[in-house]
Amino acid sequence: MSSPSAVTLLVATRKGAWLYHGDAERTTWRVDGPHFLGHIISHLVLDPRDGSTLLAAAKTGHLGPTIFRSTDFGRTWTEAARPPAFAKAESGAGRSVDHTFWLTPGHASQPGVWYAGTSPQGLFRSEDGGANWAPCSSINDDAQYLKWMGTAQDGTPDGPKLHSIIIDPRDPAHMYMAMSGGGVHESFDAGRSFAPLIDGLEVVEGFDVAEPTFHDPHCIRLCPANPDRLYQQNHCGIYRLDRPATRWRRIGGGMPAEVGDIGFPMVVHPRDPDTAWVFPMDGTAVWPRTSPGGRPAVFVTRDGGERWQRQHAGLPAEQAWWTVKRQAMTADTQPSVGLYFGTTSGELWASSDEGAHWQCIARYLPDIYAVEVAERPAA
Amino acid sequence: MKVLIPSALRSYTESAHAEAEGATLAEVVAALDLQYPGIAFRMIDEQGRIRRHIRFFVDGQQVRDLAQAADAAGELVIVQALSGG
Repeated sequence: MSSPSAVTLLVATRKGAWLYHGDAERTTWRVDGPHFLGHIISHLVLDPRDGSTLLAAAKTGHLGPTIFRSTDFGRTWTEAARPPAFAKAESGAGRSVDHTFWLTPGHASQPGVWYAGTSPQGLFRSEDGGANWAPCSSINDDAQYLKWMGTAQDGTPDGPKLHSIIIDPRDPAHMYMAMSGGGVHESFDAGRSFAPLIDGLEVVEGFDVAEPTFHDPHCIRLCPANPDRLYQQNHCGIYRLDRPATRWRRIGGGMPAEVGDIGFPMVVHPRDPDTAWVFPMDGTAVWPRTSPGGRPAVFVTRDGGERWQRQHAGLPAEQAWWTVKRQAMTADTQPSVGLYFGTTSGELWASSDEGAHWQCIARYLPDIYAVEVAERPAA
Repeated sequence: MKVLIPSALRSYTESAHAEAEGATLAEVVAALDLQYPGIAFRMIDEQGRIRRHIRFFVDGQQVRDLAQAADAAGELVIVQALSGG
């Protein structure tokens, strides 16, 4: 059993970032913010290797994208000396980063290493704690990958994303990443080369399932308790993959037909690889991207995806039309796992009993883009 | 030359006014970045393109080419073109 730790929620929104510090019971939350008021914050993440460094991916409606760093858990911030940026093209027609979308700390054995995913799709690496970022040309400049990547005109709201950068906790050279759209990809050499990992995934009817560009993974999670197991929430269903197999299996069939298995976030239990949560949304017809029927609910599986159980105690029973974006739902590692999500309507919800009961801990925030947990030793 | 800084960039300069020298607009912006690290990338992308909502006015004339000559006695006004919600 892990020792008690204090939980802070790192909330990234369309208009800034907030930190919510929980008490020992995770029932009362002290707000700290806004940080970067008016900045579009796509992701705010703690470095678990030192417990005090935060990275924030930021931009504004006018200004280019950058990374802000704090080494004192958000008291002070400095800007990265070299934020993620594509290599300059000789032709002058090269791509430019619109925003950094996803931040992932590197392997525990590699302090200071971070990875970033951007829109349009690009992979970047920092070796100095996020101060300087270098483009990974294996992805960003590879002719085959460029063919699969989208442009700013693509359908994904706010542009195509590179996300779900996952480092195998057993091997820093083994990593996964996903592109929405553009498929799931795996590297065994620390990102020097990647290969598609899309067998078994479905695509929108009428498109070629063998072509990575038509694949739209929304969120991929690796189970800490079994790093050979991956879960995925996709544009076309919920999937599971148990390595070394390479074929994903759709596990959303047990979801209620009126809800379906479309959504954005996917969350896994820190100690039980058979337990995972999703937050479904309405993915029918014109893709309303609302809670199905205006009745938001989390769904949990306790058997690896065979069966799903609705969890809505405390959530609005009707006429609630928000949804949850792909980085905006997460879990802590406390003995009774806490679950958290932020909505597109600026509400922050928490459960301290693995989703059985929910309480709204903040209202009236801007559109929430990401919620991450920062756990530190209790004071 | 004198540079008028828009509000969105004053976190870098802590002032509405700055001074930077250069023979071209690109050199002036580069000189500005030396004084205030990071400010250039917020206005000009990695391919050398002026960002979509940034406008440069040199002595009252809008300049779209960073190779445009700059005059040490002149004035550069940087404007953030407001848009969106």
